[in-house]
Amino acid sequence: MKITGAQALLKCLEEQKVETIFGFPGGAVIDLYDEILAQDKITHVLVRHEQAAVHAADAYARVTGDVGVALVTSGPGATNTVTGIASAYMDSIPIVVFTGQVPTGLIGNDAFQEVDIVGITRPCTKHNYLVKNINDLVPTIREAFYIARSGRPGPVLVDLPKDVMATRFVFPEPQQVKMRTYRPTYEPHPGQIEKACQAILKAKKPVIYAGGGVILSNASDDLTQLARTADIPVTMTLMGLGGFPGTDPLSMGMLGMHGTYYANMAVANCDLLIAVGARFDDRVTGRVDAFAPHAKIIHIDIDPTSISKNVKVHIPIVADCKHALTAMNTWFARSEEFNAKTEKGNHAAWLREINDWRVAHPLGYVDTPDVIKPQFVVQKLHELTHGDAIITTEVGQNQMWAAQFYHFNHPRAFMTSGGLGVMGYGFPAAIGAQMAAPDRTVIDIAGDGSIQMNIQEMATAMQYKLPVKIAILNNGYLGMVRQWQELFYDKKYSATPLDVAPDFVALARAYGAVGLRATKPSEVEPVIKEALATKNLVVMDFVIAREEGVYPMVPAGKATTEMLLV
Amino acid sequence: MKHTISVLLQNKPGVLSRVTGLFSGRGFNIESLSVAPTLETDVSCLTLVTVGDNNIVEQITKQLHKLIDIIKVTDISEFEFVEREMALIRVKAEPSTRAEILRICDIFRGKVVDVSAKSYALEVTGTCDKVQAMIDILRPIGIQEIVRTGTIAMTRANKKY
Repeated sequence: MKITGAQALLKCLEEQKVETIFGFPGGAVIDLYDEILAQDKITHVLVRHEQAAVHAADAYARVTGDVGVALVTSGPGATNTVTGIASAYMDSIPIVVFTGQVPTGLIGNDAFQEVDIVGITRPCTKHNYLVKNINDLVPTIREAFYIARSGRPGPVLVDLPKDVMATRFVFPEPQQVKMRTYRPTYEPHPGQIEKACQAILKAKKPVIYAGGGVILSNASDDLTQLARTADIPVTMTLMGLGGFPGTDPLSMGMLGMHGTYYANMAVANCDLLIAVGARFDDRVTGRVDAFAPHAKIIHIDIDPTSISKNVKVHIPIVADCKHALTAMNTWFARSEEFNAKTEKGNHAAWLREINDWRVAHPLGYVDTPDVIKPQFVVQKLHELTHGDAIITTEVGQNQMWAAQFYHFNHPRAFMTSGGLGVMGYGFPAAIGAQMAAPDRTVIDIAGDGSIQMNIQEMATAMQYKLPVKIAILNNGYLGMVRQWQELFYDKKYSATPLDVAPDFVALARAYGAVGLRATKPSEVEPVIKEALATKNLVVMDFVIAREEGVYPMVPAGKATTEMLLV
Repeated sequence: MKHTISVLLQNKPGVLSRVTGLFSGRGFNIESLSVAPTLETDVSCLTLVTVGDNNIVEQITKQLHKLIDIIKVTDISEFEFVEREMALIRVKAEPSTRAEILRICDIFRGKVVDVSAKSYALEVTGTCDKVQAMIDILRPIGIQEIVRTGTIAMTRANKKY
């Protein structure tokens, strides 16, 4: 029996076990939307701007561990997805974005709502396709999902001309994807594992530096086992938060530009740095030559291009983090030398040294009785959700305070646009996360600036009855840029005061949501409690200390030991 | 240092643009580039000459290899190899210089491929340096037009990677 391309696409989604897609219709994808209406296996979430569809798919992927899917029309629909795609690419999030395209006969003619989206997204997708022939449709979609979720995950875009969607053909049998040119390495080289474990055995001051790869490869348990077995303190990147329990005594929290004093000091003084699924980003390393200057470096990463890109690595291990960590744990379990030791790991002196740094400069802030401090809000959110909420963030100060003060104990609970740094990510991400986990508490920790970048999605949350909570840390500024202007530009606040802003409480009500406001520290807890008890979209407007900064801070280009402290 | 990189890639639309986009996006240099099909009709061979230190060239080969449509990447400068480039050069030819031009052409084992009353068009093949040397010698006589191919290269037999 022959079916249309549009029907085949939906069949492919079913084959890939897709349950939810995020999208926005348009002329070039009407055929597809016609088929979506005719079935009930896949839920379509209608967003209010295509960028939000991609961020929502991104967070959906992060929560479920599977591929997120977005569907948009040609031209502006497609270009609006670019920011979301670029963000997913930087953070290695598996998503597949379907874009409509003008009919094949019109491609290249500057047709209405035509854009070369494959050309535009070439540098910010893991791979992309234009399907010009109906016979390529199904193999392409299977390949797209395979590429998105395998190896180092990432976004894949499939461009679908309108006529191809309407063409009738025979749906091909399911087939295993086999690609001649793409074979990611999952298994570590045993010789390298041996070298790495020997180095750990010899190290006096080891540090584990864990990134988003730990979460992507579901290796948190394996990492935790290694750290506890060999008694190694752990610091995490922004993307790695939750990859190791944040409240564990071995956790040093986040490192880098706004990392903890003790994490940065530990890295600067360690003799062995074990990088797991992290990529030595400039926000982590600061001045590269002063980063872990005394350390031998082990680097586990599935992407060979990450290795020795920014910092010279001594023991590279190209592998999936989970596979590599499992192999290391097995090695330690079997090592007679290690197991013969009475004091395994034996890093007590090193841990004391780190603890001294922790005591000297703990993560903190100056509390004030009359004005709400943003860190206090995040701490209260942590306390009142028992650390079990899914937290999304926008970008800027709100993101850093969330990262510093919500101590994530579990993976897949923190969604943030880490690499690209997209203001406007958090709220649509919260929608995606809530769709993926209807029973969890999902909170978007936002700033008054960034929440306005995708605030139209309140309608989406209301339409699908998603009880997302938005916590706006409202300081009336584009706070992070203001902080830089304060510190490095003589306090010249160019274009950072947000003198005109909506009344967020009234705005929430206008959408049919609940709006709450706290202006004093004593109001913070009641507001959060009421929000958590409300089965509706809630906007919490916390009027916070206007010029509060994020500290510690390593000025850009400085060594990570040159921190500005509270 | 100059590196000659040989890349086998799938002959699909947009693949060349993925390669050149990678170079421009990451700030790598391309000195020359040449691409044509191999014995397998759906596979092309791209020869690329680039300049950079070892770290950069390592990144270039890794990043190229990461592209989904690329089959194999080899930095063939690490092996013994032969390289060739071809140039077509149109030189102003006056009665007084005609003999001289033909002599130079002979020395470089070039060929005259077009003749007019006032010019010769010469064809020369060889390493990039040889082609450049011939151009330098012809320049004082008066070069009117040059078209050069990029370098193509192949490792020597029995020295296979």
